Amino acid sequence: MNPFQLASPTWMISPIILPLIAGLLCFLLNRRTFAIALAAAVANLLAVCFLTYQLLLFGPMRCHMGGWQPPLGITLRSDGPAVLMLLMTAVTGLAITVYARGYFSHRILNLRQATQHQEQQRYFWPLWMLLLAGLNGLFLSNDIFNLYVTLEIIAIAAASLAALSGKPASQLASFRYLLVSLLGSLTYLLGVVFLYRSCGILDLDILQHHVANGPGIRAALALMSIGLLLKTALVPLHFWLPPTHANALAPVSVILSGLVVKGSFYLLFRLWFEIFTQLITPSALNFMGTLGAVAILWGAVQAMRQHRLKLMVAYSTVSQLGYLFIAFPLSRIDESIQVWSIVIFMALGHACAKSALFMVAGAVFLHLGHDRIKDLNGVRASLPIPVFAYGIAGVSLMGLPPSAGFIGKWLLLTSSLTSSQWWWALVIITGSLLAMIYVFRVMSRFFVIPEDYSVTTSAPLSPLLEWPALIMALISLFLGLAASWPMKILATGNTALTQVFPGGLP
Amino acid sequence: MITTLLYSMTGLLLFAMGLFTLFIHSHPLRKILAVNVMSTGVFLIMVATAYKPMPLGNIDPVPHAMVLTGIVVSVSVTALALLLACRVQETSNLDLLERKKQARIPEESRR
Amino acid sequence: MNWEQWLLPAILLSSFIPGIIIFALPEERHRLRTVLNLCGSILKIVLILVMDTGIYFGYNFEIRLSLIPGVELLLNGDPLSALFATLSSVLWLLTTVYAIGYLEGSPNRSHFFGYFSLCVTVTIGIALAGNLITFLLFYELLTLTTYPLIIHRGTEKSLRAGRNYLIYAFSGGAVFLFAVVALQTIIGPTDFTGAGFSPSFIDTHATALALIFILLIIGVGVKAALVPLHGWLPQAMVAPAPVSALLHAVAVVKAGAFGIIRIVLDVYGPQNLLLLGVLPLLAAVASITILYGSIRALQQDDLKRRLAFSTISQVSYIALGISLVDQPLAVIGGLVHLVHQGLMKITLFFCAGNLAETLGIHRISEMDGVARRMPFTMAAFSVGALGMIGIPPTVGFVSKWYLGLGGLAAGNWWVVLILAVSSLLNACYFLPILIRAWFGKQQGPWPDELYSGRFETRFMLLIPPLVTAFIVIAAGAVANAQISPLAWVRFIVRKYGL
Repeated sequence: MNPFQLASPTWMISPIILPLIAGLLCFLLNRRTFAIALAAAVANLLAVCFLTYQLLLFGPMRCHMGGWQPPLGITLRSDGPAVLMLLMTAVTGLAITVYARGYFSHRILNLRQATQHQEQQRYFWPLWMLLLAGLNGLFLSNDIFNLYVTLEIIAIAAASLAALSGKPASQLASFRYLLVSLLGSLTYLLGVVFLYRSCGILDLDILQHHVANGPGIRAALALMSIGLLLKTALVPLHFWLPPTHANALAPVSVILSGLVVKGSFYLLFRLWFEIFTQLITPSALNFMGTLGAVAILWGAVQAMRQHRLKLMVAYSTVSQLGYLFIAFPLSRIDESIQVWSIVIFMALGHACAKSALFMVAGAVFLHLGHDRIKDLNGVRASLPIPVFAYGIAGVSLMGLPPSAGFIGKWLLLTSSLTSSQWWWALVIITGSLLAMIYVFRVMSRFFVIPEDYSVTTSAPLSPLLEWPALIMALISLFLGLAASWPMKILATGNTALTQVFPGGLP
Repeated sequence: MITTLLYSMTGLLLFAMGLFTLFIHSHPLRKILAVNVMSTGVFLIMVATAYKPMPLGNIDPVPHAMVLTGIVVSVSVTALALLLACRVQETSNLDLLERKKQARIPEESRR
Repeated sequence: MNWEQWLLPAILLSSFIPGIIIFALPEERHRLRTVLNLCGSILKIVLILVMDTGIYFGYNFEIRLSLIPGVELLLNGDPLSALFATLSSVLWLLTTVYAIGYLEGSPNRSHFFGYFSLCVTVTIGIALAGNLITFLLFYELLTLTTYPLIIHRGTEKSLRAGRNYLIYAFSGGAVFLFAVVALQTIIGPTDFTGAGFSPSFIDTHATALALIFILLIIGVGVKAALVPLHGWLPQAMVAPAPVSALLHAVAVVKAGAFGIIRIVLDVYGPQNLLLLGVLPLLAAVASITILYGSIRALQQDDLKRRLAFSTISQVSYIALGISLVDQPLAVIGGLVHLVHQGLMKITLFFCAGNLAETLGIHRISEMDGVARRMPFTMAAFSVGALGMIGIPPTVGFVSKWYLGLGGLAAGNWWVVLILAVSSLLNACYFLPILIRAWFGKQQGPWPDELYSGRFETRFMLLIPPLVTAFIVIAAGAVANAQISPLAWVRFIVRKYGL
């Protein structure tokens, strides 16, 4: 088949190849790095849009790399959830690219250590492109070992990015982050080995039909899950997340919090609800749900107690990740598509809102030179756009309508009540109230009109620092109104939902 | 069969030893070594999986490919970890110097 | 796509778009801002009047947006939403005029008027909401848009008030969300059909439905300031006077009361509620609130706080009327009080704001002889106060009359008793103010005289209370005419087939 045909699955490699090439070019040329990265981010978005279009037109597709058929060859697969995660990554990625440009330019202009900041920028672009390629690879891979490789690529790139800031605290945090990621990957790999021993297959599609209940496979599932949970930072394995996310440079925090944790979660979720469905017992689901509930409450309480804005936002990530896990026990009654839609909406909403929040935190930090919550008085007057973005993103985190978070929470609540597990509903609602408290604790500071109106005014922020945050926040808000589109993409090729939402082109 | 089991058990043991060391010791270098031992354990199990008893006679090539990939990944990750460990040591020393300097020049304290 | 569908979004956009533009305007472009504000509010009134006429002649206004299965946004213009929308838009115009005068020269006006416009957009959204989910959407957005207005002054005290407001409002919102989800899992879509759900659900889910009703009422009761959920309202008095007017008469408290009406008449339906037997509970809470609010109002010396407690008491007349849902007269009294209370209370708040802005008067004890200095303001105040007490021919009398008749018709003598006691208490806390103002002797210089000019105060501050005071008398005097709030409420009640 002609690889450039409209229906050709070969297009699937473009979201992996494009950032990879861009990363290499950034590293080798070392000139015009931003232009290359921006071009790659835009091209990536276009490629993903094309994949979405393809998916709507032809349904899910598989691409056999190098023409090798499974079980020996590696396949890529594009289906509803994968394409949605790709879209999320591409949109957030574009915003991050623009924001990072503004961030580095501002720092190079305004501070004395210009060379150090130039150095940081030099390494940022290739690493970020590598990370983007890894994430896209993770969402597309259909081979359980290939997934391990993408996990490692992400871990390497993410840890290096986290170490960029050069501050001692961030060095230590990123070293710890690297070790934790390695531990997670190795545990996952051990699980892969166990799985291969029992089934002799790596391809997820074939595996799906070969999974039989047995001690080897159960051990494999347990190991893989533990490894991925560690990477996803589910309480009590979250200890590494707040220091890493809070001490990194602002664009890096956005990447780590908005995208990277979603990658391992996506894989975990796919394993549980597509591959190992037969093995999953109600008690296992309840266990995950309980951890999720603890995460929601614990993360929110910790977020309320923080004195620094970035730490607050980082703990809020811990809390928000809990919602993804509360969807697990609710899958018992409903169709898996229902759970997918919950998880997708929570993940999309969180990715957009959290990126906006970290972007705002970065902008505030550049503006004031600190991010102590009690000294944020009166920022509204000098940074109206970021403050507005903060408010909107906060609304999405709290799950107020019409945000994507609201759709996710609505689905969660509906599932928990229809399956008569009302206690999850209580946790969800308490969680959003706690989110209200930590979001508005900062918000009210922004609104204080300081008595001595002499805020140390640094140079005005570039619009590149302000607008990406606002746009991401607005996307998270209005995603709820456009909720039928993600639903349609999600349902394509999935018979369970096609009756409700007729697939095909809009 | 026995051979496979033996190698696999050794691999598991290595993994467990590595894990233990990773949690117990605080020195960065020891931690990196621990992770290396763990990955060696996993590779050993993989290689053992590739072995098939006599009547079939073949050797499964897939785990070999996996081990090769794994080793490459492991080497690069170790390099990165070592670099980071060095930076941690350096910056913590630098930080000490910096703090001494700042103690002498108080107006420099604004970062 | 026909015009009936697009009228409702146009009504929302007529204040949303000016609001967004105002946010982007620099602080010093006050002339353009004023033009935008006034044009937006006048356009909105015109559009809403078109809708009212259309509804009267039987047009159907409806627009839907399906989000996911089971979650649907629905805007729907029915007589009840027309009542609330008309009230809000007319009072919004007056409040805008007042706010422009009030905030002249103060900082951060772009933000203020931006949020102000968003706030009224959301309020109209509540009025036009066609199902519980849409109602919930705008109900939560109302909290968000009013919060910046409450903390507008940016002082620690206003922040504290704002925090309390948020905690109350979002807790209420959370309870409401839970109840909506629970209700929808039992009865399916919760469109406001005017008849309620099928009585067959009562056979199977009686307890759950009764509990959900209580939760829903708690959810909206926070904004309607039902005792014991009223704590935020007196504190929110730190906000600027136009905001207080907005909170008490146009938006927040009214949204809560409107929610109670919607839940009783549309979501559950009178018949179902009578079967469930939960209405006496609502009546009891409303009665307690009426008495409690009046008694607390007696003890206040701060004028705005007294007015705030008076609001708590007065809004519960609406709940009381609705809780006697089998008596059409009582329902008429409750519904019409939604309009009447808004008119009277906004007059009072405008006047209180004038006193504070012109002479620095915040306390009742400082008001001796103020009527000689500001006769027009105090005349308007007196009209509002007499209306609250229920003296004919003001609108307050009309509401109380119908409530009393409804109570008597059902043989509920206690309703009349509560009305009588409450009116007595109203008199006890309003008449001394009037006596002081008109007949008292000025004790010394005014606390902080800020204005001296041709009129007793700024022109823009004087016009709105005079207009509302005029409407208070006029709407009461012509209550039986073809076009009056009462006539429209009768139309509503006929539509519901009570």
